[in-house]
Amino acid sequence: MLSRNFTDSLIEKLIFACGFAAIILVSLIFFFLLREGLGFFAQYNIKEFISGHFWYPTSKPAGFGILPLIMGSLFVTLGAAVIAVPVGVMAAFYISEVAPVAVRDILKSGIELLAAIPSVVIGFIGMVTLVPLVRVIFDIPTGLSAFSGALMLAFMAMPTIVSISEDAIRSVPGTYKEGALALGATKWQTMYRIILPAAAPGILAAVMLGIGRVIGETMAVMMITGNAAAIPDTIFDPVRTMTATIAAEMGETVKGSMHYKGLFAIGLVLFVITFIINFIADSFLNRVKK
Amino acid sequence: MLEEIRIKVENINFFYGLKHALVDLNMDIYKNRVTAMIGPSGCGKSTFIRLINRMNDLVSHTTLKGRILLDGKNIFDPDVDVVELRRKVGMVFQKPNPFPKSIFENLVYGLQIKGVTDKKVLNEKTETALRKAALWEEVKDRLNDSALRLSGGQQQRLCIARCLVVEPEVILFDEPCASLDPISTRKIEDLIVELKKDYTILVVTHNMQQAARISTKTAFFLLGELIEFGNTEDIFTNPKDKRTEDYVSGRFG
Ligand SMILES: Nc1ncnc2c1ncn2[C@@H]1O[C@H](COP(=O)(O)OP(=O)(O)OP(=O)(O)O)[C@@H](O)[C@H]1O
Ligand SMILES: [Mg+2]
Repeated sequence: MLSRNFTDSLIEKLIFACGFAAIILVSLIFFFLLREGLGFFAQYNIKEFISGHFWYPTSKPAGFGILPLIMGSLFVTLGAAVIAVPVGVMAAFYISEVAPVAVRDILKSGIELLAAIPSVVIGFIGMVTLVPLVRVIFDIPTGLSAFSGALMLAFMAMPTIVSISEDAIRSVPGTYKEGALALGATKWQTMYRIILPAAAPGILAAVMLGIGRVIGETMAVMMITGNAAAIPDTIFDPVRTMTATIAAEMGETVKGSMHYKGLFAIGLVLFVITFIINFIADSFLNRVKK
Repeated sequence: MLEEIRIKVENINFFYGLKHALVDLNMDIYKNRVTAMIGPSGCGKSTFIRLINRMNDLVSHTTLKGRILLDGKNIFDPDVDVVELRRKVGMVFQKPNPFPKSIFENLVYGLQIKGVTDKKVLNEKTETALRKAALWEEVKDRLNDSALRLSGGQQQRLCIARCLVVEPEVILFDEPCASLDPISTRKIEDLIVELKKDYTILVVTHNMQQAARISTKTAFFLLGELIEFGNTEDIFTNPKDKRTEDYVSGRFG
């Protein structure tokens, strides 16, 4: 009796400690980010930072405008989403609703395999195969462009989007489908009007996770987008993303310098953007659930 | 009224994998009649009526032999349009299965997929169907609420209304009153008798009195076989088969 109470309370305390540690760690990271980032804004105008066109952190005088980096991230991520979401969701529908059982099994294991490839490897393969291909097909001076990056990120987001959407679609009760078909709905009408809305929260979660996976993706993007910190006119221009900038330059800065703090400020901006996206997705999800 | 055969079942055998679920079925289902299917649980009643709108197409690893003729045409012929068939042969499932949408959306779905968009028509048909299914008074002020918030019996009546709204010609009811109280049951029974004028109706039921009250013909199933099929009166008062007699008198099953 006593020992059961004892283990119960021990486990409870352990769980509490773990949760508490997690919260502490996250807040420490956040405060660190905030301190370094805000330290930067004490010396540099925030408006100029966000809307400045030039990122020259080491020139004299230095320029810390991250608009090109924001645009770079935007082009690449948005481009990836535009490609990955429709293709991924349709693939999920194909696998769970249309494909014959044998094909389904092969596709599912294939997709799981794709998800397991490390991003650096994908980046490398993209660099040697995709980049030249994009250059030739679109007849542009260099294949290292936002488009190549978007395509590759789409490819990386796809396994997550497909497999989680597929789970969501398959967990829609079969009785909904039967009900629709019994009313004389076609296969397409059933998928579009009944199964899709019923699976919507799950599909949205899949999209968020898939995009979430690539939004912070750095290495592969760095290898393939050309890394030019200039505002792109079209999606076929070389770009540089915020994450790539931080990763590439952090090693070269002097700790405590303006450049160093500037990179933290970029991190802070990234944090805010991610937070807003999550917030929007969350409230959307709540609305769909209702 | 002339007895007109609407559905002719010829030598139907049906298998789930190796399980022989329906054995050598032959029967005629008449237009403007209510045909009741009775028999102990697991004897194949649901399996049988799910054949008539080809719902069992969705179950994999099944084998079917034989024919079911609807107005003289075999519904399993390769050139039959299943969607067209299901618009003609509506079904109310054994377990209520409303869509996870509002009450109103549940009802208009069947119309919308046929291309009806006129708001006035949708509203009118919704109300008519809900009234027929004895649900209108309970839900008229909350048509935009989720159908999943209705009680089990209300959901069942919603599914009946959803089926009625598209005006099929044949309706398959799989235990439509299983989760209803006596008052709603009474209303649904009245509805079925009323519907008989315009429709061909099949009802699966475990309730002997119900079968006796509403049906013209009764089929008694046992272990996938059709033991006896005839006028309801004969089945209940003068059954030919000993097993039928035992079942309807409650001596086994
Ligand atoms: N999808 C399926 N796969 C395999 N066997 C099935 C399937 N559906 C039903 N069966 C089997 O077929 C037989 C007939 O089932 P069915 O659902 O038609 O019975 P029922 O007469 O409707 O019973 P109840 O009165 O309990 O609803 C049962 O033995 C059942 O286990
Ligand atoms: Mg049944």
